[in-house]
Parts: sequence; structure tokens; C-alpha cells
Amino acid sequence: MVIKVKVYVTLKAGVLDPQGKAIEQALEAMDVNNVEGMRVGKYMEFHLEPEKGQSVDEQVTHMCEQLLSNPVIEDYRYETEEVITP
Amino acid sequence: MKFAVIVFPGSNCDMDLFHAIETGLGEEVDYVFHTETNLENYDAILLPGGFSYGDYLRSGAIASFSNVMESVKQFAESGKPVLGICNGFQVLLEAGLLPGAMKRNEALKFICRPVELTVENNKSIFTTNYGLHEKINVPIAHAEGNYECDEETLKDLEQNNQIVFRYVNNPNGSVSDIAGIVNERGNVLGMMPHPERAVDELLGSADGLKLFQSMLANWREHHAITS
Repeated sequence: MVIKVKVYVTLKAGVLDPQGKAIEQALEAMDVNNVEGMRVGKYMEFHLEPEKGQSVDEQVTHMCEQLLSNPVIEDYRYETEEVITP
Repeated sequence: MKFAVIVFPGSNCDMDLFHAIETGLGEEVDYVFHTETNLENYDAILLPGGFSYGDYLRSGAIASFSNVMESVKQFAESGKPVLGICNGFQVLLEAGLLPGAMKRNEALKFICRPVELTVENNKSIFTTNYGLHEKINVPIAHAEGNYECDEETLKDLEQNNQIVFRYVNNPNGSVSDIAGIVNERGNVLGMMPHPERAVDELLGSADGLKLFQSMLANWREHHAITS
């Protein structure tokens, strides 16, 4: 069984995002004035062949907390789906 | 005293650091590749600036999982001095040897210029040769030096006197003007400014040299007592 995992990493709510702020200003420069709360995050996807004896959640959580996100300033969430091979 | 300069793929201040130790301080120094696992022969570990692993994912994130870092962690646990400069500081944060994290500079610019720092703690093994609240001139060169930590961590840093250097004029948005911190035990220092680029008046400042001289003085003192 192969699982496709999609991970979304975002800055924590209380953490100021200078990139998001700059993008908002650029949007204003192109006359888009109805945007606020712009935040920049990361999207990662990969295929996972789950290890036996460990749930997919355990494995993905481990990866997210140890490497894919920095828990000091970032949150993460993920989606999983089974890959159907023809 | 024997120093190791750890070299990651993408390190680019390793030669400056080597020069600062060999010529500025006049002590022994080796380049040690990131694949090395034995650091027994060294008295101090230096993590240089640069762009280890191209800053992929987050600055310092990939390097913090390289082979040598397990040994660096043990080295730090044994109480010996570890100094991370710029990207080296980011690696120490990612490895969990120091608290907090780095964000992009507030103005989103790569800033490369001399800045003035205040020595906030001259009791650490890295700063005994400075005066308390001495103003020193050391260059910075980074895009991600905007130090971030939660309020509780900041309180701890202040209470334990772990903030070693502060910016006089905060260039990057760092919490509490933080430019450099030590761990609770005081043997691991991370700082964004580059003392190795300020070891000779020809370079515009020799203020950074006192940091390495402090390390040497403390090592000598320790070894005079124990040997």
C-alpha cells in the first residue's frame, strides 16, 4: 500500500509574517485593496510506504514535528489518500 | 587549544573562521567535514556561517540532521564550548541546542554591514575579555536573523542571563534586540554577527577577536586547575 501525503506548513497565528505583509502591499500596488491577513506557507507532498507496526499518523506526525515544520514558529496539517495503482 | 571548524555543503565563512583562529588567535584549528562522527580531539567546535544545504526547507534545518551533529550534541552535553555564527546559529536552533527560531528579516532584505552590539553578559566563557555593556563593532550578513521565541522563553533567557549580545539599533526585527544567546549551562553560544570578520583593524574592527581570546583564556584557566 502506498499513501500520498500532502503537508501544509504555516506560520503560527501570533507570529508576524514579513513576506505576507510585502505581498499585501504589492497587491495594493496592483489596485487590489480588499485583501488582508496574507500569510505565506509551504506545501509538500510525497509518497509513503507505511512501516509495519506504526500508524500513518504516527509516521507523518514524527516527520512534521522533527523536520518538515519548526514547531517554535510554525503549525502544520496534512492530508493522506491511498494511491490506487492500475 | 584545538578548534574544529565544521564544514557543511554550502558553508562559506569556514575559511574566515579558520583564519581567525590560526592567524588572529594563534591556536590550532582543523576543518572537519559534516560526515565526521568523532570530535574527541577537539576543545571547541565552531559552526560557520553560509548557506548549508542551500538553506533548503529552513536555514539550518537539513544541516541539523547531518552525521556530525549527533557528535556536536554530545560535545555540548559534555560541557565543552560550541559556537555557532550566523548559519551556525541557525543550525544550533534547528538542532534544539538553543531555544527559539529565525524568521526572515523584518524588511525582507539581506543585510550586510557593520553593526554596533552591546555585551550584555561578560560572565560567559565567550565574553570574559569584554567589559559589561561594552559597545563593540561587528559585521552582520544575513537575510534570516529575525530571532523569535515565545514570551516564556524570553523571560527564561533574561532571568538566566542568557542574552549575551544585543543590537544597539535593531537591524532585523529580532525579539528584544537579541543578537546572540547562550544555553542555560553557558557553553553553547549562537550569534548572528560575525566576530571572525572582525579580528584585525585592517578589516575595520578587531572587536571580534576578544571573543576567541575569551574562549582561550577560559580553556587555559580550566586546564591549569584540572591538570
